[in-house]
Amino acid sequence: MTGFARGTVVTDDMRPPVAWAVILKDALLAAVVAILLALPLVGLQTYDIGGGALGIRTHFDWVALGAAAVFAGRLAVRLLPRPQFRRDRHRQPVFKRLTVWANRQALRLAFVGIALAIALPLLPFSSRYLIDLGTTVLIYVMLGWGLNIVVGLAGLLDLGYVAFYAVGAYTFGLLATDGGFTFWEAVPFSGLVAASFGIILGFPVLRLRGDYLAIVTLGFGEIIRIVLLNWASLTGGPNGIGGIPRPSFFGLPFARSAPDGAMTFHEFFGIEFSPDHRVTFLYLVILALALMTNLFTLRIRKLPLGRAWEALREDEIACRALGINPTNVKLSAFAIGAMFGGLAGSFFATRQGFISPESFTFIESATILAIVVLGGMGSQLGVVLAAILLVTLPEFGRAFAEFRMLMFGAAMVVVMVWRPGGLISYREPTLRLHPQSSVGIGR
Amino acid sequence: MPLVAVEHLTMRFGGLIAVDNLSFTAYRDEITAIIGPNGAGKTTVFNCLTGFYRPSSGHLSMHVGGEIVRLERIAGFRIARRAGIARTFQNIRLFAGMTVLENLIVAQHNSLMAASAFSIAGLLGLRRYRSAEAAAVERARHWLDRIGLTDRADGLAGALPYGAQRRLEIARALCTGPLLLCLDEPAAGLNPRESEELNQLLLLIRREEGIGILLIEHDMNVVMGISDHVIVLDYGRKIADAAPAEIRADPRVIKAYLGEEDIAEAREGEIGDVAPAEAGAQGQPARTRGPDFPLSRE
Repeated sequence: MTGFARGTVVTDDMRPPVAWAVILKDALLAAVVAILLALPLVGLQTYDIGGGALGIRTHFDWVALGAAAVFAGRLAVRLLPRPQFRRDRHRQPVFKRLTVWANRQALRLAFVGIALAIALPLLPFSSRYLIDLGTTVLIYVMLGWGLNIVVGLAGLLDLGYVAFYAVGAYTFGLLATDGGFTFWEAVPFSGLVAASFGIILGFPVLRLRGDYLAIVTLGFGEIIRIVLLNWASLTGGPNGIGGIPRPSFFGLPFARSAPDGAMTFHEFFGIEFSPDHRVTFLYLVILALALMTNLFTLRIRKLPLGRAWEALREDEIACRALGINPTNVKLSAFAIGAMFGGLAGSFFATRQGFISPESFTFIESATILAIVVLGGMGSQLGVVLAAILLVTLPEFGRAFAEFRMLMFGAAMVVVMVWRPGGLISYREPTLRLHPQSSVGIGR
Repeated sequence: MPLVAVEHLTMRFGGLIAVDNLSFTAYRDEITAIIGPNGAGKTTVFNCLTGFYRPSSGHLSMHVGGEIVRLERIAGFRIARRAGIARTFQNIRLFAGMTVLENLIVAQHNSLMAASAFSIAGLLGLRRYRSAEAAAVERARHWLDRIGLTDRADGLAGALPYGAQRRLEIARALCTGPLLLCLDEPAAGLNPRESEELNQLLLLIRREEGIGILLIEHDMNVVMGISDHVIVLDYGRKIADAAPAEIRADPRVIKAYLGEEDIAEAREGEIGDVAPAEAGAQGQPARTRGPDFPLSRE
């Protein structure tokens, strides 16, 4: 059946004769592989025989059942006619047309999205859980937008982005606890320190690209985590930093009663105390930070620096021939990307009130990178969709406990098969000669 | 006064001497062609001039205004701005994922970056930056009109046909506002009509821009048709340096291209009509000495 092009109608007389020997052999092979895999995984089970010793139970019947199922399934796959995919010209590029439409309506969509996001705490079905989830999504959206500068625009594959998130969080934690800084004073410093770490990482990797760069950045992420773990006198080691002050509403704390007679938020506004006030405030703060990141990226993309980032992604040698200094361009991408990571980190620290190296493992870097890649490299809207998907999917999967990661992986595979360029693989030109003919460019 | 002077340039790669004690000059308002068999060191000379290689020895000087810029002493990426040298590549290096217009705007990075005050004025949307950007777009439009790509300005550069990509790369180099334009095999892969268009474009650039053009080319129609001055390299050495008509008759050039024993046949005018051989990979020491020099064509 493989000889037929997709979309041709296969009638009975066109169908090739069934090659029983080949199909049986194929199904048997699949069954043998299933047995090999299932023997250790399903066939043998350890149990406690008392006194701490382990015994082994065998379940060869399960293995046989599984192998039979694989055999039958494989036969069915080979024998049943493959569903014919109609490559209908009007239906096929639905998603592509949707993304083009979304980009044309970007401004309107953005306003609706932002209005919805601001209104979320006021909506009737809104709950503390929902706002908390929204806050987490927005942290990842902000991290995704920050990493998008490095990976999506400048094309520098960074697997250690969580390091800047950690640097921002720890800078904030130290400044807020030992330094006595308030939230709004400490936040810019966290961004600056993270940006300087971006430059520190940038220098040794200037000559690297692609896989090599990815490996070094991966190592950098681990170095930062291990330093945080071992420099106990500064960072508290594995115990982390606790008691990080919660943010106040420009000096008004979100507490039931303020110490030494100061005003609290609910007293100042004359409303009933509710613990939800702080949750909502945190949500609005991260919303503002994320929108700032987005606004900055959208603007810088249309400036010479942003275009140089994209040009560097396309061809570094051509950039040098045109007089662009690749060192400055790369370092600025690393520094600015790191700065937004650091800002998100400082928000994370104040939200949690406690940070430890465990929050900044490689899996975080991988998740952020997955958000960027899944969203479509360089696409701001794609990052939002991917962050919502990747953060809420495990939440829905809570009922399935240990199968969550399995579902997560399967969902990633489905998306990458369905949209190999990411959810929104569309690049809006940064400027046009003929603005009226705004035909989009899909990648 | 020459625009660019190469003095005793030598470039070694380990034991291989790619360019051996080469001296030549190129002038403003002139098209200087560098020809030679594959592996003769032509692209290596270009890479030294444009800062991609640091020469093993020798001097490269460029006259910018009243001062002399020593090319071997400044960082590679500065050459475009300080010395005013722009180049194209043998294998086209466009920013394929960006639009045609964006390619031409990126080429004006340095002036735009200064106008945007390292992005600050740009982020604030000050008028100073906006007018600089409008001027950059106008300059891009000027070249788009010249190369006939105005209609495709908002399409992806990578989606253009091959000949148009070659023209766009030349336009991109010109958008840097160079004094010397170095073109590495601009006619490679073009059909006869396209290469004739290229000739007209290069003549127009020489006439209107008042800049020097340095050209590596295998297509003898282009070389003989438009250059004022031809330099022939063989095994990294200069074997001839003269006007096109003299080069055509130079026995050393014929020898370099055809090999000693083939000269007699070439004189009979048989080989000359064979189509030029495909340009091989650059820097390859093994060479194909195909009859790619139409000697008999007048």
